[in-house]
Amino acid sequence: MDEVLRVENLHKRFGLLHVLRGIDLSVHKGETIVILGASGSGKSTLLRCLNFLEMPSEGRITIEGRLVGRETGTPGVMSYGTRELNALRARVGMVFQQFNLFPHMTVEGNVMIGPMKLRGMTEETARTLAHDNLRRVGILEKAREYPARLSGGQQQRVAIARALAMEPTMMLFDEATSALDPELVGEVLLSMRRLSEEGMTMLVVTHELGFAYNVADRVIFLEGGMVHEEGTPQEVLQNPKQERTREFLRSHTLFRLPDPAPEAAGHS
Amino acid sequence: MEYQWDFAAVFRHGDLLIEGAKGTFALAGMAILIAFPIGLLVALMRLSRLPVIAWFAVIYTDLFRASPTIVLIYWFYFAFPLLVGVDFNTFTAVSLTLGLQTGAYMAEVFRGGIQGVKAGQWQAAKALGMGLGRTLRYIILPQAVRRMVPIFFTRLTELFKTTSLAAAISYTEIVQMAQRTASDTFRPIETFTVVALFFFTVIFTASQFVRFAERRFAVPE
Amino acid sequence: MGHEWDFAFLLGQRDFILRGILGTFGLAITCVLAGMALGLVFAAARLSRFAALRLLGTCYVEFFRNIPVLVQILWCYFAIPIITGAQPGPFAAAATAVSLYAGAYMTEIFRSGIQSVEKGQWEAARAIGFGYLAQMRYVVLPQAMRSITPPLTNQVMEVVKTTAIASTIAYGEVLYSAKVLSDQEFRPIESYTAVGVFFIVVLALVSAASSLLERRLRRHG
Repeated sequence: MDEVLRVENLHKRFGLLHVLRGIDLSVHKGETIVILGASGSGKSTLLRCLNFLEMPSEGRITIEGRLVGRETGTPGVMSYGTRELNALRARVGMVFQQFNLFPHMTVEGNVMIGPMKLRGMTEETARTLAHDNLRRVGILEKAREYPARLSGGQQQRVAIARALAMEPTMMLFDEATSALDPELVGEVLLSMRRLSEEGMTMLVVTHELGFAYNVADRVIFLEGGMVHEEGTPQEVLQNPKQERTREFLRSHTLFRLPDPAPEAAGHS
Repeated sequence: MEYQWDFAAVFRHGDLLIEGAKGTFALAGMAILIAFPIGLLVALMRLSRLPVIAWFAVIYTDLFRASPTIVLIYWFYFAFPLLVGVDFNTFTAVSLTLGLQTGAYMAEVFRGGIQGVKAGQWQAAKALGMGLGRTLRYIILPQAVRRMVPIFFTRLTELFKTTSLAAAISYTEIVQMAQRTASDTFRPIETFTVVALFFFTVIFTASQFVRFAERRFAVPE
Repeated sequence: MGHEWDFAFLLGQRDFILRGILGTFGLAITCVLAGMALGLVFAAARLSRFAALRLLGTCYVEFFRNIPVLVQILWCYFAIPIITGAQPGPFAAAATAVSLYAGAYMTEIFRSGIQSVEKGQWEAARAIGFGYLAQMRYVVLPQAMRSITPPLTNQVMEVVKTTAIASTIAYGEVLYSAKVLSDQEFRPIESYTAVGVFFIVVLALVSAASSLLERRLRRHG
């Protein structure tokens, strides 16, 4: 019963575009899974389907042993209740490429709003929780600032703390470092790595092969909306079996080589 | 409660409403004729380098924009003639009020449009030897007008709706005529429904046309 | 010319005038609140995923914006008693009509304000687990308020001015008081000038309050 997430035959269509073409995936508690793939391979869509920011067109998603949605007459097609989804999103944390902090709230306000309004915490409890999580990502000293005063890397760490404050069963990272200046990438990757080491269950869409190599328990390579190759980082990144994977890695290693030294991972 | 609609009675008195519609258009037309030059004049005053003149323009626009139209109509009909010792009929009073107030709004539209034209255009016109009049007419206004058309049109539709207030001093525009029709026919709901549709049709049609024209004459910038 | 201004008689009638002022405020506040509620609901409809709701929102806006408010007031005045069978009096008619009218304008103001908030903000709120109303209340509206406040202020001022039109159906607001006093005391000049000044002062206060609010909203980056 330590399977946190099970995805069976997941499809997503946008009109005529068939973006996900039958994904199967099983994620266990504490695992960190990195999802790689060229742009258009469906990796962001997959992540967005997992907390239902996009509605799956077909397929079954089971979170902590509970099947999400109800079967409809059509096989494979589920219907989802709004309440169910809101409750589910509260248990699945998500970090976006563009941070999406709430600019009209302070840093701690951003982290407190969810616990206060959704988990019924008092302001004081929520503040303590917020501070704990801000400390976790090393940004407690900015608690009273407004997001606009923070660097991109700091904002993204606040976004991580905001998701953590909901005490999620798993965290989704959607290209969390892609919008950052190169010198700010390291601090965010380091926070993510710590989280992984603390045993958080994580699904990470990223182009940072060094992070994949050093932190991931498993790497999944998506291509054309399907799982093209899957395995340990060593298997997928060093000895890819598929030609498309090799091609992808060739174009990416030009920018960022997998670095075997663990402590350098966050600062490559 | 079941209400029996009966529009036939209203249409039997249709000539009253048609006369009223004519009054409405006449009023709107006259008000526009007054508003345009006033708006342009006040806009230019507002842009003047002499503070007294600019200040006067500010007071003018603020006074007219802060007063409810219907209060101004009463003032120009009941108070102003006494004050100045002239006699205004209802048409003069209302067209003057609407013209002056719309002029105040237009002034802001003109000012925004004129200020939107780059300073280099004024200098280029001056360099060609043009005076203020020619510069405005040939260089500035043609550019400003394109920008202003949508807001301008909004202002005109507001003006058209506002003409209805003339009914308050019994000028024979369509709402006033509708009141007469309603009391003749005992069919106020039908009568005012017809009047509402009259305004809706005129304004909606015109706005669709303007939307089309805007797209047609859009100038790349 | 040479009119002897004398505002002193107004003091003798201050209870009557005060009642008019309260009438204006009562109607204005009712219509601003109801208009904002209507505006919010219909803005949400215009931004809905469902085409039918969007169409409903568009029809509401186009319909009520393109008909003079006086026509709507008169329509409500005659129609409410006939349709509902109740005799609600001029306040209900004016409040209904002006609220619907103001709501149409406020719909557009809220809509463009809400649209100015990035899509990512909705998503982030959704990802935390907020439902639609909570997304609106805690995340989208507070941010939209910054771009909503200036046009909303203008609209509030328009509503305050529009309440004067309720005098045409004998609702006791300031212009109605002025009309009565002017006839009673034969002092139209002072009566109507006083009403004008009243509105200018009230609008100046509204505008000042809004600047204060804007400054507070702007304080955080």
